[in-house]
Amino acid sequence: MELARAHVLVCGGTGCTSSGSEKIINALESALKEKNLENEIKVVKTGCFGLCALGPIMIVYPEGVFYSMVTPEDIPEIVEEYFLKGRVVKRLVYKETLTEGDSVKSLNEVDFYKNQMRIALRNCGVINPEDIDEYIAYDGYKALGKVLTEMKPQEVIDEIKKSGLRGRGGAGFSTGMKWQFTADAPGDKKFVACNADEGDPGAFMDRSVLEGDPHSLIEAMAIAAYAVGADRGFVYIRAEYPIAVKRLNIAIEQAREYGLLGNNIFGTDFCFDMELRLGAGAFVCGEETALMTSIEGHRGEPRPRPPFPAIKGLWQKPTLLNNVETYANITAIINKGADWFNTIGTEKSKGTKVFAVGGKINNTGLVEVPMGTTLREVVYDIGGGIPNGKKFKAAQTGGPSGGCIPAHLIDTPIDYDNLTAIGSMMGSGGLIVMDEDTCMVDIAKFFLEFTVDESCGKCTPCRVGTKRLLEILTKITEGKGTLEDIDKLEELCYAIKDSAFCGLGQTAPNPILSTLKYFRDEYIAHVVDKKCPAGVCKALVSYKIDPEKCKGCSLCARNCPVGAISGKIKEPYVIDTDKCIKCGVCASACKFNAISK
Amino acid sequence: MKSLAELEQIRNKMAAKINVRSETDGDIRIVVGMATCGIAAGARPVLAAMMEEIEKRGLTNAYVTQTGCVGMCKYEPIVEVYDADGTKTTYIKMDAAKAVRVINEHVVNGNVVSEFTIGAAN
Repeated sequence: MELARAHVLVCGGTGCTSSGSEKIINALESALKEKNLENEIKVVKTGCFGLCALGPIMIVYPEGVFYSMVTPEDIPEIVEEYFLKGRVVKRLVYKETLTEGDSVKSLNEVDFYKNQMRIALRNCGVINPEDIDEYIAYDGYKALGKVLTEMKPQEVIDEIKKSGLRGRGGAGFSTGMKWQFTADAPGDKKFVACNADEGDPGAFMDRSVLEGDPHSLIEAMAIAAYAVGADRGFVYIRAEYPIAVKRLNIAIEQAREYGLLGNNIFGTDFCFDMELRLGAGAFVCGEETALMTSIEGHRGEPRPRPPFPAIKGLWQKPTLLNNVETYANITAIINKGADWFNTIGTEKSKGTKVFAVGGKINNTGLVEVPMGTTLREVVYDIGGGIPNGKKFKAAQTGGPSGGCIPAHLIDTPIDYDNLTAIGSMMGSGGLIVMDEDTCMVDIAKFFLEFTVDESCGKCTPCRVGTKRLLEILTKITEGKGTLEDIDKLEELCYAIKDSAFCGLGQTAPNPILSTLKYFRDEYIAHVVDKKCPAGVCKALVSYKIDPEKCKGCSLCARNCPVGAISGKIKEPYVIDTDKCIKCGVCASACKFNAISK
Repeated sequence: MKSLAELEQIRNKMAAKINVRSETDGDIRIVVGMATCGIAAGARPVLAAMMEEIEKRGLTNAYVTQTGCVGMCKYEPIVEVYDADGTKTTYIKMDAAKAVRVINEHVVNGNVVSEFTIGAAN
């Protein structure tokens, strides 16, 4: 019996792999074998489902039962009860899919998925990324076939232009225009390239596409190559993404076997092949000119623009460079048409955007929403709100190049232009949610530490300037700052913005500028009152025991790791502030709320 | 890949295999009773025969699933067929040959095989 009656889809994305999905697959396969069910039930390892917070995730079709946080110990029960006897193991079913009558409802009706629209992620968590036949079953390579046999290169470019698709890497430049420039550039040899060097802290959109649907990238790059007149492609991917690298290599191999890469694809004159280039994890290599320098085999440092890659890119030849998510939209546009794509999103930002939502949020994971969705919908409706009933303070978008969106702007529809207008940016799609316990000066410092580490050192404003910014921020968080420092900080930010060589340096001050714009009072509290309102900056925090509330139970003293608390039983205890390391253990141990900072 | 027809062929071949993952309404749901009583009475060959027949015919509008004890153990193996409109037909004392007939006559052609139904037994 080749046709399986049920398919068990287990997430094999990086998130679920690290929470043990590999072990689950092994346990499942051996348990099914034991019960002689291995030919009836097919186990499929897929890409990311998006609900990483609940991993490891498993979904069983045809019923569509969604099991979350599965452990290998649960497997025998699931196999015995469910696969053999047909009884759903309710204990492990994601509770939001259980209805009052104890039946199981479709995953698409759950809040997390209901408000999403999946274009770039359409196959993630649906197909086995290591099986080209499954990709083809979901209309894979149909767009390439259509383009090669029915459309002229210019018609392809026109379709992409008409769709209004903009670059998903962050800057939001019109994809169709970029294709046009590359196609129009004179040159005997042209290249297409893909930027898969996803470096923003907390961002994993591209990784998920590569892991869950690698063929969509291959197909889109082939389409792009046909449109601009290239015959060779490069994917620049970071070596820190081993699963993505492995699956992409498998996919390329399979596409070659099927003749979907190589010479005379679909019996036409079109020839195209591609290869991977692994990056060693330098953030600057996500900048397009540094990326190309690195592909060429040199040290990854940016070079001046213009000339832009479309004119002089790889080895001085016209090169089309797009981001993974941009490519992931291409086949959908070709298959369904620019007019369909055009109806999604806002006036100037069409389509959807994938966000990697992390930080202080219940449903950490991967979401794809139409442009124009508000931050509130993403945080509360899809993200499930802030844990422990805390208040939403701000969201950081665009990583170290972006800025924050404060609580009073939570109803801003998310698109390229709105985010730029409020001093943040779309960026590649990392979205870090912060609650009331987050210190905004500390957040700015975190991002600056990152850029100081990652500055390539080629230009002085970035190499020296970001270092100075970090020093001033450190001074402020240590309570040694002055009002003058804040002015200096701001002035230096603008100087770096205007003078740095590449995008990394030019945008490095953004986290400071946007926190200064919306949370200047916090900076002032640090330097004038010598207080950290969120209670994060250790130098500015001191723990006190309220003698009125203290019952003298000694719990705090017994928990203190440095022995800074002393006192007599049944009398108020005291903290020795010289010894105190401000770890906060006493405050969380106290049962009477007597310790405050 | 030398032609679009070749691609189409793979797509069609795969369609039945992945059909189980689509959540479309309008599919015919075939439920086989697979509790201890059902399995002891021979439900597994019934289920296997149905799957094979579905595969052979490349049906994409029907899927087979299972359930526990329906409470009429003496009639096992029991197969319930839910049509797209929700109408339920209960077939009893099934075997592999009967299962193939149910697929062919009921699922494909829409004619209930009355002689196997629970109504015929009474």
